[in-house]
Amino acid sequence: MKTEFKDSIHAAVNNANLTGALGRFSEAYRVNRAKAYEGIDFEALREQIATVKSSAAAQLDALGEAFKRNAEAKGAKVFRTADPEAVKAYILALAKEKGVKRVVKSKSMASEEIHLNKALEAAGIQVNETDLGEWIIQLAHQTPSHMVMPAIHMTKEEVADVFSQEVEAGQAPDIPKLVKFARAKLRPMFLEADMGISGANIAVAETGSLVIVTNEGNARLTTTLPRIHVALVGIEKLVEHFNDVLPILRALPKSATAQLLTSYVSIISGQVPNTDGSPKELHIILMDNKRSEMAKDPKFKQALQCIRCASCLNVCPVFRLVGGHVFGKVYTGGIGTILTAWFDELKKSDDIQALCIQCGNCKEVCPGKIDIPELILELRRRLAVEQGQPLVQKAIFSVVNNRRLFHGMLRMASITQKPFKQGKFIRHLPMFLSDLTDFRSLPAIADVPFRDQIKRINQPKGKEKAAFYSGCLIDFSYPEMGEALVQVLNKAGIEVVYPDKQTCCGAPARYSGAYEVAAQNAQDNIDALLEEDVKYVVSACPTCTVALKQDFIGTFESLGMTDRLEKARRLAAKTIDFSTLVKQLVDEKRLTFKEGKDLGAFTYHDSCHLKRTLKASEAPRELMRQAGYQLTEMAECDMCCGMGGSYSLKLPEISAPILERKLQNIKATHAPLTVMDCPGCVMQIRGGFDKEGAAVQVEHTAQRLADRLE
Amino acid sequence: MNTLYEMFKSRAEVASAEVHRFPDQGKACEFVLELLREQGVAEGPQPGAVWAGRRLLEAPGLSYVVTREAAASAKVGISEMDWALADTGTLVQDATEVEKRLVSTLPPIHVALVGTGQLLPDLAAVLGKIQPSKAGYLAMITGPSRTADIERVLTIGVHGPLRLIVVFVDEAARGNA
Repeated sequence: MKTEFKDSIHAAVNNANLTGALGRFSEAYRVNRAKAYEGIDFEALREQIATVKSSAAAQLDALGEAFKRNAEAKGAKVFRTADPEAVKAYILALAKEKGVKRVVKSKSMASEEIHLNKALEAAGIQVNETDLGEWIIQLAHQTPSHMVMPAIHMTKEEVADVFSQEVEAGQAPDIPKLVKFARAKLRPMFLEADMGISGANIAVAETGSLVIVTNEGNARLTTTLPRIHVALVGIEKLVEHFNDVLPILRALPKSATAQLLTSYVSIISGQVPNTDGSPKELHIILMDNKRSEMAKDPKFKQALQCIRCASCLNVCPVFRLVGGHVFGKVYTGGIGTILTAWFDELKKSDDIQALCIQCGNCKEVCPGKIDIPELILELRRRLAVEQGQPLVQKAIFSVVNNRRLFHGMLRMASITQKPFKQGKFIRHLPMFLSDLTDFRSLPAIADVPFRDQIKRINQPKGKEKAAFYSGCLIDFSYPEMGEALVQVLNKAGIEVVYPDKQTCCGAPARYSGAYEVAAQNAQDNIDALLEEDVKYVVSACPTCTVALKQDFIGTFESLGMTDRLEKARRLAAKTIDFSTLVKQLVDEKRLTFKEGKDLGAFTYHDSCHLKRTLKASEAPRELMRQAGYQLTEMAECDMCCGMGGSYSLKLPEISAPILERKLQNIKATHAPLTVMDCPGCVMQIRGGFDKEGAAVQVEHTAQRLADRLE
Repeated sequence: MNTLYEMFKSRAEVASAEVHRFPDQGKACEFVLELLREQGVAEGPQPGAVWAGRRLLEAPGLSYVVTREAAASAKVGISEMDWALADTGTLVQDATEVEKRLVSTLPPIHVALVGTGQLLPDLAAVLGKIQPSKAGYLAMITGPSRTADIERVLTIGVHGPLRLIVVFVDEAARGNA
């Protein structure tokens, strides 16, 4: 990671105004968005959008041609081009021909993408952004930090300063007054402008219509008052039929700003009269700029389903900490990372793709049904192929890929850690490792790993067997979780076997883009876990479970290793996470809870992979209730804890504040016990509380169930 | 119709619109005239109100000649809408004639008249009726102009009207049906 990038993160997370504003907004957004979608089948709606948009993406050229034909039949001039330079040249030539001196713009991300303002200003044309947020950042000589709310990073004091310095001295930091000031100053600009430049949210091929969605009313003025209207539209905005507008229009305001509908929606189809009665000149520029290439990519064509609502930014635990500018100058957040890699170049996404912690929040809310985390992993993979892995990472993975060496080193660590160990924790590490224990203690490596401990457990021989896939953390740091799991399953008459040749699940490699390493891990584990005929393969780590259930298959598919898929699918079919399995066994009455006892309050932390990939959020809560605990929900119970596997090692400066927020939410419940299903989350959250010296117990669900079952 | 009206009213009010309903055009016009008086523009001499559409009301301060200059200096803009959508509190208008857009964008107050019979349940219903081949500029309006661009604080009336006053007329419903 480049130093400037690390510096920009450091500056952002220490900007209290920024993190405060974004944090409050993201909290409110979750609630308001849910309210806006009340009574609406979001899954069905986004399925419709995904269908409409993917079908359009598959025929961009034909739709572009149809749009041109139909809009030109209504008097518009349509210019189709792949090249951003040609866009600027077209607008400049038009401005020159028509004697344009003043331009007003309503929001257009496509114009930000090609830095249009700079080109116009260089030609001596006065350009005024009219969306309030865009005008503020234009005056402040900044770039938008958010697609929908470009100036969300600025306080009213900063806005007042900018207005005072750039427009008229003496503006007070009073929001209604600042808005009134903007209205008064921009109104003459609208009236005097010769040309209005807008974007469009949707372009309909069969009717040649543009759909423009705004709240401020600036787009209505921009497209009504100046005698020339230029609409700059990325071709991903094309849809085939007029009917296709409906699902997008239903979702966009709800997802973008939690509104049922924005104040204004304008549907412009061809030339309309000017205020002097003459027909308005309408120029529509359909800009490709790598979108067609994207449409041809089997993985990334999905990204063209984006309707630019920015909800992926609003729910992102990282975005709300660092804001948009860390991501770059144009498109920000999750989808922005992907768009930057394509519209700019892959290399430009090298640093920013690392910001994604893979929590999956964005995938859940995306109205275009885009698997953003998966596409970011694909960027990582391609970057790793193109640029090679960093040396240190390569060295680590070469160890991970050699099970004997890897496990040997972990055993060795249980001895070498002695000087740093305090009880079950490592609280400080020396020198360059100190960052890792700055904000949370690390668990000590267990003296005896679980793979050895299980051999000493005297298990009843059952007819039914489950293979336990422990994952590295339970094996080497938290063997007590493994023990609890064995106890629980034994009570249901299931014998637990531990295939010794199991190794790292490959998640660290996969999430770093090192798919070849992940594939080797996958193969070793598949061989180990399918060796004995068992009914279940059970794991108490959601990340490992997802690896076994989905990622092995995904990795093989990405690498074209189709001959390995059959076995991978067999393993996937048997794999189940701990709580889901236990809930099943309870429902089948193979497990019963001991008679009622009030064990006090607990709060439950939903681990990302368990909730959003495995969709198991009720099972562990229900099991805990039946065991005798009372649930007190925390705020944002399913927000990432900041662990993200190796993420917390690579970006501790982001991991730490995410954790801090989680700890606060837990403490606010006053529950003495926090339960979760992921040893990684236990490591992060328990380590955080240890560092704070707070008396909150943090445990895996398995540990609280074992002695409560008959 | 009453159910649709009630829904429209509650949704539009959430979006900061003001909603009124009158049994006939006469009563609706009396209301508009009263509003013009309240705003101090009914008596002129300069037109302080501009109306794009049918001549339903006469007042010295009210002009039916809508130029950009007149709209830019008027305090009240008045126009008739084609449909109202209950589930979002939205007004829909074929605003191809520029006068209709001028009166609903430039003055600080926009009065929108609409027949109660023109209420439709939702966006889907109106998109089924709209023909972009016939209307060059379709306008949907939900509440007054708004922004939350500074610190996410909702502020009404940034570039468009600060007040949107929706006037339902029942009689027109019978006329149009």
